[in-house]
Amino acid sequence: MTTAVELVRDTPFTIGGRTFQSRLMVGTGKYRSNDEMARAIEASGAEIVTVAVRRVNLDRTRDESLLHYLDPKRYFLLANTAGCYTAEDAIRYARLAREAGFNEFVKLEVIGDQETLLPDVAGLLEATRVLVQEGFKVLAYTNEDLIVALRLEEAGAAAVMPLASPIGSGLGLLNPFSVRTIKRRLAVPVVVDAGVGTASDACLTMEQGVDGILMNTALAAARDPVAMAHAMRLAVEAGRAAFLAGRMPRREVAMPSSPAEGMLD
Amino acid sequence: MTATATIDITVNGEPRGAPEGATLLALLELLELDPRVVVVEHNRTIVRRPSLGTVRIAAGDAIELVHFVGGG
Repeated sequence: MTTAVELVRDTPFTIGGRTFQSRLMVGTGKYRSNDEMARAIEASGAEIVTVAVRRVNLDRTRDESLLHYLDPKRYFLLANTAGCYTAEDAIRYARLAREAGFNEFVKLEVIGDQETLLPDVAGLLEATRVLVQEGFKVLAYTNEDLIVALRLEEAGAAAVMPLASPIGSGLGLLNPFSVRTIKRRLAVPVVVDAGVGTASDACLTMEQGVDGILMNTALAAARDPVAMAHAMRLAVEAGRAAFLAGRMPRREVAMPSSPAEGMLD
Repeated sequence: MTATATIDITVNGEPRGAPEGATLLALLELLELDPRVVVVEHNRTIVRRPSLGTVRIAAGDAIELVHFVGGG
């Protein structure tokens, strides 16, 4: 697939000292099969792929490892701390993930509420401080609150990841203003994580000027995850290109595109 | 040669028997797990791969065996 992205003069997308080509990051959860997951990730063009840490199932006949489908030489595996409700748990999961030996990056989640899966920002800040001290590159999943984002940056987060809308909701970008404000005020990369439902959501999000998007359910729960992954790849590229191009000013009255002069009597 | 005694340990939250004096690496072999894709936490302390063959389990130990699964 070729796009016109070569025409766009963009800055490199660098997080924690590592540079990536794709601004789209994808998760690996909830796919109907590992094979479909692998094909969707391929179609998305993503390089950063998130994974979770869980107990090995000792009773079932062994499934093939997730890593069988995701070559760690090809994809940058970003472990998350999903499912952790305290800073202590999140720190424990992050340490286990690092021990798996791929990298020192962690997508840090400290969840505060089961129904909304909104972050516990106090726990998030606490865990960020501890993990940064231990040498982790912390990508912190947070809400769209500017002050929390600033505190995360001060605490040493490598990237701040405000949500578009709640995890798995597919409601799209609910608060473009806040996300834009966070992007304007932070020096570290801002990657919108969670809530994107379809390609227009991804495009609109990238048009706010953020550095990237992480999504999972929008692909895994699409009727055709591989086709949606392709659409998301295009949408992220289009939104980024539109942001760099700079949109026309909005106006409340019409302005003709064709000359007013030269009309027949 | 006498049969090895069995001790009671907890693996991933479930009670389980293991041969007395076994190393963590031997436990993984017993469970048919590949030490390259499993991370071992022994009584809340992570045991790095090179040490799995030297750390021995004792009765009452709590062991967590984790790996990467799909997630967002």
